[in-house]
Amino acid sequence: MADIMSVEFLEKRYGNVQAVDKISFGIPEGICFGLLGPNGAGKTTTIEMMEGITDPTSGQILFRGRPIEPSFKKKVGIQFQHTSLPEFITVKETLQLFSAFYPNPRPMAELIRLCSLDDILNRDNQKLSGGQKQRMLLALAIIPMPEIVFLDEPTTGLDPQARRNFWDLVRGIKAQGTTVVLTTHYMDEAQVLCDLIGIMDHGHLLELDTPDHLLSKHFQGALVRLPGREIQAENLDDTMKQLLAEGADLTGLSIHKPDLEDLFIKLTGSTLRS
Amino acid sequence: MKAFTAMVKARTMEFVRDTGSFAWALLFPIVMIIGFAFAFSSNGDTLFKVGVLGPGDSSLGFLKAPQTQFIPYEASQDRDVLMNKLRQHNLDALVDTQAKVYWVNDQGKNTKILDLLMVHLEGGEGYSRQVVSGAPVRYVDWLVPGVIAMNLMFGCLFGVGYVLVRYRKNGVLKRMKATPVSALTFITAQGVSRFFIVLVTSLFVYVGTNLFLNFRMDGSYLDLLLLLSLGILSMIALGLALASRFKNEELANGVINLITWPMMLFSGVFFSLEGTPKILQDLSLGLPLTHFITASRQVMLEGASLAQVMPEVAFLSIFTVVCLGLAAWLFRWE
Ligand SMILES: Nc1ncnc2c1ncn2[C@@H]1O[C@H](COP(=O)(O)OP(=O)(O)O)[C@@H](O)[C@H]1O
Ligand SMILES: [Mg+2]
Repeated sequence: MADIMSVEFLEKRYGNVQAVDKISFGIPEGICFGLLGPNGAGKTTTIEMMEGITDPTSGQILFRGRPIEPSFKKKVGIQFQHTSLPEFITVKETLQLFSAFYPNPRPMAELIRLCSLDDILNRDNQKLSGGQKQRMLLALAIIPMPEIVFLDEPTTGLDPQARRNFWDLVRGIKAQGTTVVLTTHYMDEAQVLCDLIGIMDHGHLLELDTPDHLLSKHFQGALVRLPGREIQAENLDDTMKQLLAEGADLTGLSIHKPDLEDLFIKLTGSTLRS
Repeated sequence: MKAFTAMVKARTMEFVRDTGSFAWALLFPIVMIIGFAFAFSSNGDTLFKVGVLGPGDSSLGFLKAPQTQFIPYEASQDRDVLMNKLRQHNLDALVDTQAKVYWVNDQGKNTKILDLLMVHLEGGEGYSRQVVSGAPVRYVDWLVPGVIAMNLMFGCLFGVGYVLVRYRKNGVLKRMKATPVSALTFITAQGVSRFFIVLVTSLFVYVGTNLFLNFRMDGSYLDLLLLLSLGILSMIALGLALASRFKNEELANGVINLITWPMMLFSGVFFSLEGTPKILQDLSLGLPLTHFITASRQVMLEGASLAQVMPEVAFLSIFTVVCLGLAAWLFRWE
């Protein structure tokens, strides 16, 4: 399918800091695209340039093949990493306020259903838990009936249950045909939600592929771990026999199917800093 | 337009539901006015204030009377201004040593004594007595425009200026930037909401304290309302200009305090700057609040019309336009 958005040689410098270093990628319409990377990798800077919030130092951003026009603001849904909500107004009033900004806002009932807001509708914005606030911010993002939504680390700081609930909401939005772009530093989240993944570190795009391709490209077979040792076993049978022949102590042996976490360590030589 | 009214409504609700600030904005000025009214109600001093026009003639025994404070005026001083002081009991008597005339207020409680002094003391012969008439202006009559001015200054500078900086810091402005709403619409909505909030609280303070204190109001209520609106606009414009760039709440808070405190002290809120060093008076004329207070006092205490306070109205209007221009030019979402 055609790319709904693409960036070419996108670059952002803050003084001496090269926040994003001439990266290029395209996002096919209707998928969930995940931008992965540790803190400071340049994820937020990248998507805020795509949202039209931050001006790039150089490079190009295309929406449906054309440079971004002012009307783009009506077609995009945005959930920032850090947002305070207006104080002393309720969730419902906030939704009504933001609905007034768009020509054809999503009906309130649909917002409530898609983001599971029934229980918090009349609650003051300041009295929401982390997960409730993220649900509310997601609702704000999808009010304009966006063609593409950007979610910047939507589940950071949530407990595992709240994260899983949030994933369901994202799937629901994607099921409506909306393209989703999300950043995360949780590999499991990317693996579960994303059709296409870009791995970033230090402003560079290290990899860009589907989760399955990424794993099969970098790992064959399984990872065999012994205390103080990790072996990539293309053929598990051969590896085990070799270990036995060596007379290695197999106490503490574990066999592990490689996941994105392992891939990230392999690519960046470090564990995910969070 | 739909976006605009929704924003005005949300901002106003935010204020009304913030019961702490709401109560403070209403009660603080009322308590202050009533408190001052009682504190200054018994005027225990027996000092006579006598204005002297022309050279102080030491042969005039009157001028040697104890308990008398003399305020010398240049012969060129505007007579109307002096007569007004006399009518409002800011002066107990006025003596012109060259024309040999003295004026007293027939409603002044010291007038009889002053007449006696004038007639019986040496040098008093040949002076003719003139009378003006006017009920005394109580301190509280004089204070009310000052306190309302102070209230609207705080309400606007913190309610628009500080709040916008907080919005910028905590990301509310960034969230607005991500919507199709223009900066101008957003800012205007903030200003309009605050305008009505401050207008209503000022009226409430006026009416509320007037119930107890029954102010002197010689001018037209419409003129006073127009002046009040202009005063609020000028402070909102100043708040917007201040808030256009700051990212840091503490810094904004500091700067607003740096501006509000001199205005509290040197705009004539609590005491007249008459008789203070010239430099203070010049400084005072540079402060927008001074012009609002001066004009409202003239309307309330002297029955001046808007046309008569045109210099103040012009100053406030120009100040407002300049600040709005600066705000539009400097404003950044982030
Ligand atoms: N406004 C800014 N001014 C200066 N440096 C910035 C700014 N925003 C981000 N950076 C820097 O750019 C780099 C990338 O940041 P960011 O895009 O926020 O990373 P991520 O979202 O992946 O954690 C970091 O080194 C960060 O310090
Ligand atoms: Mg980030």
